[in-house]
Amino acid sequence: MTGVLIATAVVAVTGIIIGIFLGAAGEKFKVEVNEKELLVREELPGNNCGGCGFAGCDALAKAIAEGNAPVNGCPVGGDAVALKIAKIMGSTVKPGAKPYAFVKCSGNCEKAKEHYKYIGPKDCKAAMNTPGNGPKACSFGCTGFGSCKAVCEFGAIEIVDGIAVIDKEKCKACGKCVAACPKHLIEIVPGDTPYMVACSSQDKGKEVKEVCQAGCIGCSLCVKNCPAEAIIMQGNVAKIDPDKCVGCRICAEKCPAKVIKELS
Amino acid sequence: MSKRTFQGGIHPYEGKELTEDKEIRPLLPKSDLVYPLSQHIGAPATPVVKKGDSVLVGQLIAQAGGFVSANIHSSVSGTVKCIEPRMTSNGVKVNSIVIENDGEYREVDAAPVLDDHKLTKEVIRQKVKDAGIVGMGGAGFPTHVKLTPQNDDEIDYVIVNCAECEPYITSDYRRMIEEPEKLVEGLKIVLKLFPNAQGILAVENNKPKAVKVLKELVESEERIVVQSLKTKYPQGAERQLIYVTTGRKIDSSMLPAHVGCVVNNVDTIVNIYRAIREGKPLTERVVTVTGDAVKEPGNFLVKLGTNCEELIEAAGGFVCEPEKVIAGGPMMGKAMSDIHVPSTKGLSALLSFKVDEVAKCEPSNCIRCGRCITVCPGRVVPSVLAKLAEQGNEEAFLANNGMECCECGCCSYVCPAKRPLTQVIAGTRKQILANKKK
Repeated sequence: MTGVLIATAVVAVTGIIIGIFLGAAGEKFKVEVNEKELLVREELPGNNCGGCGFAGCDALAKAIAEGNAPVNGCPVGGDAVALKIAKIMGSTVKPGAKPYAFVKCSGNCEKAKEHYKYIGPKDCKAAMNTPGNGPKACSFGCTGFGSCKAVCEFGAIEIVDGIAVIDKEKCKACGKCVAACPKHLIEIVPGDTPYMVACSSQDKGKEVKEVCQAGCIGCSLCVKNCPAEAIIMQGNVAKIDPDKCVGCRICAEKCPAKVIKELS
Repeated sequence: MSKRTFQGGIHPYEGKELTEDKEIRPLLPKSDLVYPLSQHIGAPATPVVKKGDSVLVGQLIAQAGGFVSANIHSSVSGTVKCIEPRMTSNGVKVNSIVIENDGEYREVDAAPVLDDHKLTKEVIRQKVKDAGIVGMGGAGFPTHVKLTPQNDDEIDYVIVNCAECEPYITSDYRRMIEEPEKLVEGLKIVLKLFPNAQGILAVENNKPKAVKVLKELVESEERIVVQSLKTKYPQGAERQLIYVTTGRKIDSSMLPAHVGCVVNNVDTIVNIYRAIREGKPLTERVVTVTGDAVKEPGNFLVKLGTNCEELIEAAGGFVCEPEKVIAGGPMMGKAMSDIHVPSTKGLSALLSFKVDEVAKCEPSNCIRCGRCITVCPGRVVPSVLAKLAEQGNEEAFLANNGMECCECGCCSYVCPAKRPLTQVIAGTRKQILANKKK
């Protein structure tokens, strides 16, 4: 009987000592957890897509809580999530159009010529090994094998008529397609961009005409006629600065190749 | 014979009998010559001539655009017609100098160095650089960069890649048979740069004649040996060649100089000899024109810039409309979409085939037989890499050592399901390298 009592006492005393030690240690080595960080993390979608530029949702939540990232830093969540996070952080956010990806090529099967018959894997990157960076006669144009579609997690890209087409609504501007396109044709543009040049060909006008009916011929009529001086020539292709563009539509009307697209 | 051999590899049909007995014939160009400013790895060259200038054979027409870049010289005498983008063999337009040939071949005064005492390291390197010599096996890496490692004393081996493992090509073989003295002499010049190095002439044993000729020549040379290697493709790949000849291993993150090796192609070494002993820059190279679609396959000494169509003409023209024309060897060469393109420093062969056998292959599902793994000299798993490449999963591609692939094509060659493994892997590798540079 005494044996049982001694054992009970020893276990009880040991338990109390360990309990006190753990309690003290817990108090001493306490990690400060930012409550806001947890709340922000709960609002984020949790895709860990990396579209915000941080290493996943946890990292973005930490950055927002510490004030190192804007409350609307998550491109996937959009305005809905931004408003909730703004509430947590006690700041305000102005809802605006969300950015999205834009394909700078409009040479579909109808408008752009094929150079030769391509036999091989239907993959844009693999097609880069073939002459002229793929079967399309324009070596700058969209190959249309959908390497961008393969990496899009939101189903926002479809290959229509030999060219990548992006669904503005579904696109979360995560930027994966931008990295996947071997011809660097995709760009993330601000949601309120009025006009964009849908061509990336650096060929001269005559050569562009030979291979594609929808290519920028580098005539720079748009540059000359833009009242806001928002258009510059990058090599042989025009580029519109969305910050300067006033949306007057003059460029799109003047463009002889009709390659300047109205977006919003 | 070297007992060591690398793991993996294949034995494709060699096809060398078509041209191996054909002597190198000089070919004079008929039409304008086109010199793309970017026919080497590195920065494009900058033109130093303008429209209307008259030039001589061997005159500098474009200067190296940086340390990793190469000079370009005119291979004919005549006038500069224009400088404009012209189509090259990879189907992309590259800014090029176009020269109208006057057919007189007036040369600039050569400044050969015949005196051994004057041959200092600086002189050799400067001459190689001035001559615009690049790796002539196909990659086109500027040779003066290869010959300038961090420490000359740490180089133990200068390996001359005489393997010529690609089927059909015999341009290096003919060089070895016809001008072996120039090859050995050129190697001796390179050995002057590296006091502790031994020269190795690495020849595959399917070229017994070349082995014999070279062995006789180097008998009295203390610092040069001829190694006869067990024939297997891709013996001539840099990493495999270094392993076979020296037993040293490198991976994609290392340079041959890290294990004390310098590897150069036969034609490169012969051109080093020409640059120094004859004072002539790189203006011509040997090209094998072969395949079942040309009438008289042969080896030609081609003036750089000559239109490829003239090469085909020189080989008797086409028997019939070829289904496929390839610049380079059948394993690693690139199919051409247009033969009206200039010959460049890296063009070792022009192959034309009646039937495009590869196009007839219908890819089917992977049956997990593992043959691609057995033959892969890079010791990676091509089937898995190709799958990851198709999915666009670059992270996993890198984790599976995708960069160790040398794009030799062995996996595609053996695949019973005819899957285009190499092409898919090569595409993703290119993309990763391009993104890394940005």
